[in-house]
Amino acid sequence: MVDIAMQGRMAAPAGAVSSYAVMRRLRSRDAGFRYLTRGAAVLVLLLLGGILLSLVQGALPAFRAFGFNFLVTSSWNPVTEVFGALPAVYGTLITSFIAMLIAIPIGLMIAFFLTELCPAWLRSPIGIAVELLAGIPSIIYGIWGLFIFAPFLQAHIEPYLISTLGNVPLIAPLFSGAPYGIGLLTAGLILAIMVLPFVSSISRDVFEAVPPVLKEAAYGIGCTKWEVVRNVVLPYSRVGVLGGVMLALGRALGETMAITFVIGNAHRISASLLAPGTTISATIANEFTEAVGDLYTSALIALGLILFVITFIVLAIARYMLLRIERRIG
Amino acid sequence: MKHLRTFAAAGLLAAAITPASAAEITGAGSTFVYPVLAKWADAYKKETGIGLNYQSIGSGGGIKQITNKTVTFGATDMPLVPADVQKNNFVQFPVINGAVVPLLNVPGIKPGELTFDGPTLAKVFLGEITKWNDPAIAKLNPGVKLPDMAIAIVHRSDGSGTTFIWTDYLSKVSADWKSKVGENTAVEWPVGIGGKGSEGVSATVAQTVGSLGYVEYAYAMQNNLTYAKMINQAGKVVAPAAAAFQAAAAGADWAGAKDFHVIITNAPGATSWPIAGSTFILMQAVPVSAADSDAALKFFDWGYKNGKQMASDLLYVPMPDSVVTLIERTWKEKIKGASF
Repeated sequence: MVDIAMQGRMAAPAGAVSSYAVMRRLRSRDAGFRYLTRGAAVLVLLLLGGILLSLVQGALPAFRAFGFNFLVTSSWNPVTEVFGALPAVYGTLITSFIAMLIAIPIGLMIAFFLTELCPAWLRSPIGIAVELLAGIPSIIYGIWGLFIFAPFLQAHIEPYLISTLGNVPLIAPLFSGAPYGIGLLTAGLILAIMVLPFVSSISRDVFEAVPPVLKEAAYGIGCTKWEVVRNVVLPYSRVGVLGGVMLALGRALGETMAITFVIGNAHRISASLLAPGTTISATIANEFTEAVGDLYTSALIALGLILFVITFIVLAIARYMLLRIERRIG
Repeated sequence: MKHLRTFAAAGLLAAAITPASAAEITGAGSTFVYPVLAKWADAYKKETGIGLNYQSIGSGGGIKQITNKTVTFGATDMPLVPADVQKNNFVQFPVINGAVVPLLNVPGIKPGELTFDGPTLAKVFLGEITKWNDPAIAKLNPGVKLPDMAIAIVHRSDGSGTTFIWTDYLSKVSADWKSKVGENTAVEWPVGIGGKGSEGVSATVAQTVGSLGYVEYAYAMQNNLTYAKMINQAGKVVAPAAAAFQAAAAGADWAGAKDFHVIITNAPGATSWPIAGSTFILMQAVPVSAADSDAALKFFDWGYKNGKQMASDLLYVPMPDSVVTLIERTWKEKIKGASF
């Protein structure tokens, strides 16, 4: 690097430039670059800290008024200004759980099909289609969900679920009630579609990184496709897969617009997955614009703070799991 | 480094060529009133060259912005109570009215075929009446064949002036509703599912057989939705129509109300539609800039007088002339330095 720089300098008509000056220039440039990148990284910390601080400050009146009860009560009454976060927290967790329950297996299957089984001519159309799913704005998912997907569920899927799973002991309450078409289940399904690309794209990339020699060895000793996936590909790539899953979960927890359209937006905790519910982000999006009064606004900001904490906990768990996996391997 | 300097220069240039326009009225608030304000502003700008910069961010945001004096006027679908108007040193006046209609999806029932009264609607929304063939509904609709079908309630999930008008009406006609639920832009609904926006409510109603919801009149008309008729305070059956809304707006006691704190639900008069309300403008009584304040007042004056047809085209209900006279007198009395 220095040589190249010096050659450039030597060619200049100005004549002799000491290598010391060139070195110094390069070093100061290097330092500048270091400070610039460090500044960019610190900026993230500052932003995050600032957001957290303003959330806490905004949420303070609500926490002062309701205390711990804010987390465990389910009343949400803007008229009497009594607020509790439980239905929103419940809805957020349940819809994300449904989404992950569906998106993880399907996403992994897509990824495995694309890397191992797919004929070459089909590989890129499917790959691009999956990535396009990630590019669709959430409002489009919301409108499609409300006008097309929810009526379809209401007419064909939900009555079937009620008449079959609705009679199975233990899980019967989950599938009871009238088929509205919109509700927790619909929201979870839409979320599953939305986070599918995160799971499958990242899994595909890490599956492709599995050294072919490992797989060939496994096939060589007579393993079936399933055994190769189960015993070679997944163990080798689990850190990456977990990363993709966590990214998907983060998106699911915070998703707003699509959910708002299909979840039914009722501040209630119902046993049934077919019943309307709400999530934290849907509540904020719905009510913030017309929220009049300090306590109401503060309660909504407090909801935002809770979502922040939930996301933080999820990420912390993910880090912990990664650490454990790495330690076990290493 | 050279690039950095170029960027800095470009930034300065960009800052220099986008100055704040002086000939612009600033406002923020209600999304409900936005279409009519936008249409007025368009015509007003052609006539006078003065534009309107209105942020339709919702009533709550509008109140916050006018409290912080970052805009010349705020617009809210729910009027502030006189104590709050006083406390903030605001002047409050109505600008336009809109009506809300019950919306339903019952097989075989056509638009306007079914009639409700207030107490019955309140009972249905409280979850006390659960079937379409309930005697209370049947009594109001002799000769209409009502099915033995569950009623599914659909309401707005987002905070909304429409919900305020709807719940204010139910509070006025039912003591039970007032004590159990009350009125606000969002309430704790005893039953039902929430749809986001008018489009969410009407889509849910359209998809759910046996559903009952509410939506702005304009939205119901533009989309040919099945609305119901109402029995008003005078005990007469009225259909939702411009004349019935006008009657409601004209029949209200604007002169007797402090700070125009009138919600024209359950209005008196034989021809009045009972579920209607207004959007209110909030301005500072001691404006930051008298010139800006005056410009806004001139715009509203122009709207009251020349914007009636435009408002009616959008299926809003213009303020009656008698009320406009009252409003403009209030401007003169209360807004400091108003050259009106």
